[in-house]
Parts: sequence; C-alpha cells; structure tokens
Amino acid sequence: MSAQPGIRGRAWFQALTGSNRPLEGDPGSLLTADAKLGGETARFLCVVPNPEARFPCARKGEVGLEEAYGLAHRIREAIALETSEQRRPIVAIVDVKSQAYGRREETAAIFLAAAAAAAAYAAARMRGHPIITLIVGQAISGGFLTHGYQASRLLAFDDQDVVIHAMHKEAAARITLRSVEEIVRLGHEIIPMSYDVKDYARLGLLHKLLHVENPDDPSAATVAQVQKELIGAVADARAGARDLGTRRSSKGARQMRRAGLLARAQIEHEWNEP
Amino acid sequence: MEHFKFDYPQARRAVTKKAHVGVVGSGDMEILMEPSSSGAAHVTILTSVNGFGTSWKAVFDRFFAGYEGAVHIHINDAGATPGSVMLRLQQAVEVIEK
Amino acid sequence: MSNSNVTPAFVLRRSFIELEARARAWSLLDAGTGRELAGPYERIESPWLPAQGVAPQSDDGCVVLKGTIAAQPVVVVALEGKFQAGSMGEVSGAKMTAALDLAARDSANGTKTSAVLLLETGGVRLQEANLGLAAIAEVIASVLVLRQHAPVISVIAGTVGCFGGMGLVAGISSYVLMTREARLGLNGAEVIEQESGIEEIDSSDRALIWAINGGEQRVGMDVADELVDDDAQTIAASVRRYVEAGLPHVHRSDQVDHYRKRIAELDVSKQFDPRMVRESWNKAREQGGAT
Repeated sequence: MSAQPGIRGRAWFQALTGSNRPLEGDPGSLLTADAKLGGETARFLCVVPNPEARFPCARKGEVGLEEAYGLAHRIREAIALETSEQRRPIVAIVDVKSQAYGRREETAAIFLAAAAAAAAYAAARMRGHPIITLIVGQAISGGFLTHGYQASRLLAFDDQDVVIHAMHKEAAARITLRSVEEIVRLGHEIIPMSYDVKDYARLGLLHKLLHVENPDDPSAATVAQVQKELIGAVADARAGARDLGTRRSSKGARQMRRAGLLARAQIEHEWNEP
Repeated sequence: MEHFKFDYPQARRAVTKKAHVGVVGSGDMEILMEPSSSGAAHVTILTSVNGFGTSWKAVFDRFFAGYEGAVHIHINDAGATPGSVMLRLQQAVEVIEK
Repeated sequence: MSNSNVTPAFVLRRSFIELEARARAWSLLDAGTGRELAGPYERIESPWLPAQGVAPQSDDGCVVLKGTIAAQPVVVVALEGKFQAGSMGEVSGAKMTAALDLAARDSANGTKTSAVLLLETGGVRLQEANLGLAAIAEVIASVLVLRQHAPVISVIAGTVGCFGGMGLVAGISSYVLMTREARLGLNGAEVIEQESGIEEIDSSDRALIWAINGGEQRVGMDVADELVDDDAQTIAASVRRYVEAGLPHVHRSDQVDHYRKRIAELDVSKQFDPRMVRESWNKAREQGGAT
C-alpha cells in the first residue's frame, strides 16, 4: 500500500532513471540521476524516506535541511554543468509527506534551506531549463513549496493516493476541532480545500492529470506512457514563457481563480497614474 | 453568516469624502463609508455572528437619528459589540466630515 | 542634554507593531507620496470565506501601496496580521504577486522599483488551502524575478511573525529586518509540538521559542540582516537605507555551499543550543567568507 509517502516516489525514480541511489556526498533521502528522456538527458530528483537520516525528524520522507540544501546543490550543479543552448530538463518526482517538523530544523533555519531549494529550481527555470514536476504521491505544504512547486509544468497521477494540499487531513481536523470525515466533506464543498486530486485539477494549476494503471508497480508500457507525457511537457515548457503564467491563463484558472485574476487586473489597471 | 440591509431615506445631505476604519479581527469589524449613489443612506452588513439583527438595526437607527449624511455604509463583521460599532461609526464620520 | 524643551526619544516613540498593516505601510513611504492599489473600496474579497461562515475583509488582508522611499520608486505590500493571522489566500496572494510582477516589469524597462514586504503571516490560509499554497509558490517565483533588478526588503515586526510558506519568502528576500518581538521560521512551535510531540518542543516555553525564532537570534545568526527597535521612524529609516543600498552582493539563499557545510558540521546527537549555532555560524563567516 503506497499511502506511506516515498515508496511510490522511489519506485518511479527507479523506473524512469534505472537508478536507486543517492549521489556521492548526498544524504540517503535525496536521489539524483541524469537519465535519458526522449532524445536528451534530463536530471531527475526525488526525496525519499531514509530511516538512517542524521536528523530524526526527517526520516519518513519529509523535506528537511539536508534534503533542501541537497536539492539546491544538485540543481545549481545542473545549471553550472550545462554547456548546450538547449538546457537539460529537470524532473522533480514528488512524493513527500511534508517539510520536517523539528526543533533542530527550526534552530538551523530550515526556512532558509527551503528557500534555497525553491530559489534553485526557479533559477534553473528562469535560465531555460524546463522544470517538470511529476506528483506520484503526496505533495504537501512546505515540502511541496521546496521540492516541485517552482516547476514550469506540473503533472500528477489521477489516483486516490495522490494528495496535493496545504495540510494533512489529520492535522487539519485537529487544528479545526473537526473530524476527518468533516474535513473531507468540507473539501467537497470548497474546492481549494479538497483532498481529491481531481478537484485540484479543476484549479487550473496542473498541466495534465495522468491516468496510469497500477502506479505502485507500473508496467513497462505505463512507464513509457509517462515518459511520453514528460517529453510533451518539456516541449510545451520550451514553447512558452519561463514564468508561472500558465497557472493563471488556464481554463481552470479562469473559472476557479477569478477573484485573484480580478485583483491582479485591478492592480495592473491602477499601477500607472492616469 | 448573516446579511442585513437597512435604508435611511431621511439621510439626504450630500457628502464628498469616504472613510475606511477597522480590521476584521475576531470580535472586531471594518466599516467602509462612502457617498451614496442614490441620494439617501443605505447600510449593508455581512456578519459571521448570527442572531443580532435587532441589535444591528437598533445601532443604526440610533446613529441615523443624529446623522443625516447620504452615505453608503458597508460592514464586514466578526463579532464586534454594539458599543464598538458605534465607536467605529463615529470614527468614520469624523473622517467624512473633516 | 539639559535643555528642558527637548522631548525624550522614548516619549516620541511610535510603536510600529501597534499599527495596522495600512498604517505600517504608509509610515514607510516618503511623505506625500503613495497611492493604494486595489484598495478596500474595490471590495475584491475572498470568495471562499463567506461560504464557510467567516467574515471577509475588503482588502483580503493585503495592502498594496505604490510610492517612493528615499525618492526611489517602490511598492510596499503589507499583510494584516489581525485578519486571519495574515494568512495568504487567493486574493491576497494575487495582490502581492501582481505588485512584485509590475515592479519587475518597470525595473526591466528602466525604472528600478524595489519592493518592501511587511510579512505578518502564519502562511497559507487553511480555508483556501490549495489556492493559498499556489499563491505562495507564485509570490516566491515573482520575488525571484524582481530581485534580479531591485532589492526585495522584508520587514517582520510581530506579533504574528512570519511562518509557514511565507518563511520561504523571507528566506529569498534581499534583506530581512526584524524587531526583537518578531519571530521567523518555517514551522511554529505549536505545529512542531503537534507533529513531533512535546518532547521535541514545548510550545508554552516562550523563552525557548524566541531563542530559536526571535529577531535577536535570527539577526545574531545572520539569517536576517538587522534588528530594529519597535519604532515607526527608525524602521522607516532602516528601510530607506536598504532601498538606497540596492541589491546585495549575493543573496543568502544562493549561498548553498556555505549553508550545506554549516548543516554538515552540526552535532545532531542532541538538540542544538541556539547560542552555540549563532557562535559557530558567525565564526564560519569570519573565517571562510561567504560563497
């Protein structure tokens, strides 16, 4: 059962790259590999559980200090190593429980570590590297902001174990003094609060929602299907701007983010004095 | 969540300024007071605390008994007391009548 | 000074923390400059809050002022900590992003426009969950575009502080100013206690919380730039200095190798003493110089 974050992430990292190990010097929770994607090489990144992690609060697939700075390092390395005009894609495979919730992390300024990783992803995107995020499992809160949310294009599996959200159901229930069932029900009424990835897809943030068979244990055909989608997303990213504008111009955004678009238009309208 | 609308056709004196006071914190409210487009005063209230319709009406009846500006007042409320509502109204009037 | 006509400074002090977001923002601008954009009278409010029985606010808790500081074009974006703990929703996030994007556009076209962000925020507004989270990702992207051209100066004054996803916005800022009362982090102590247990941190231990997240510690360990007194005039003067200073030589969040080394050096066998982290990180700075 893949509800435990990271298992599916590792499986897909292996399926897409043939590799299953961190690079020399990286923590066991950070998998990096340069592998073929279509006719070119892409750098794949994935954060996975590591029961041997130095930091006790970062052993179950949380994005902690080492993971965040490790991501930043491997992304900056990909930028620095690039010699071609056509910059290599960077694929973030996302299946993360959350950010790491620990005292050590706060003391050592994890907010800055997370910022460094997000900044690295964005720097790569702004330099022309297509950043493609493939959400195969969970993409929650600070973990997702750090690893994946700065992508040029976001893809997700259409599967009940794919959860994209600001807070886990159980934590949300505790904080709001509701039951988990009530939280889930609330999500059906208020779409941005939904735990169903089909509802997330309505928000217009995803490039594509992928229907894959047996995502826990994909066949060669399924892997090939996903590779094809990644290649398509890379091409689409290259054809467009290097910002996050498609998340506002999509059909879903025009339906579900109207107030935000109105606010943006109003600020633009008033920006230059009449 | 409740929505109220009150009209005060006797409040007809034209005003030119607008005022915004308050923050919608817990137990607090904000008021937007602007020149009315209809020549008379109107009040709209959106409140997260139900059951105080009579209180709201009483506050505004009292307010407009002593104020005749043709204003549109909108309130977003998260549980302010009638006393603080009156205070905020007076703060807004001060800005409008300055 | 024996002149009895001089009023002592502490009497003239005007607490910045006690000001609402709008007043804080205005206090930073050059006198007589400034307009509010997408202000309260436009009533661009959250479409999600009333459906959940929560009263919205006319400006969705985000104030955008365009004006000048030290005679240079700036946009000031202030989050209202008293409204839903300054949390980021669809509209407040869109206002902040738009302000940053337009400042970047002007800067790219030759009119350098800095941004000052007043971060009084717990992060994502739970009632808007995925739209709040997406908005923060977009703010991050927009800060990173603007900071290529002009400084993004974050001020964290308290009492809410800056937490959650907005901690990343502070982390990528060109400069961060904090009061002693302010706190900056990714997760607040209550959330850590909830997720990892009271043995990990006791959220009622205020001294410990400020020792970890407080302004004095963050500035002391050089993950924030200046500790400012809670006074509107001195904060305005500090902000002015950073607007005038322009871009830093290198942004903190780009110093990856430096911070990877700091993390690798930590003895994780027990909780870190914040003072010792401060000392060792400062020593490393002096010895190594930033990379």
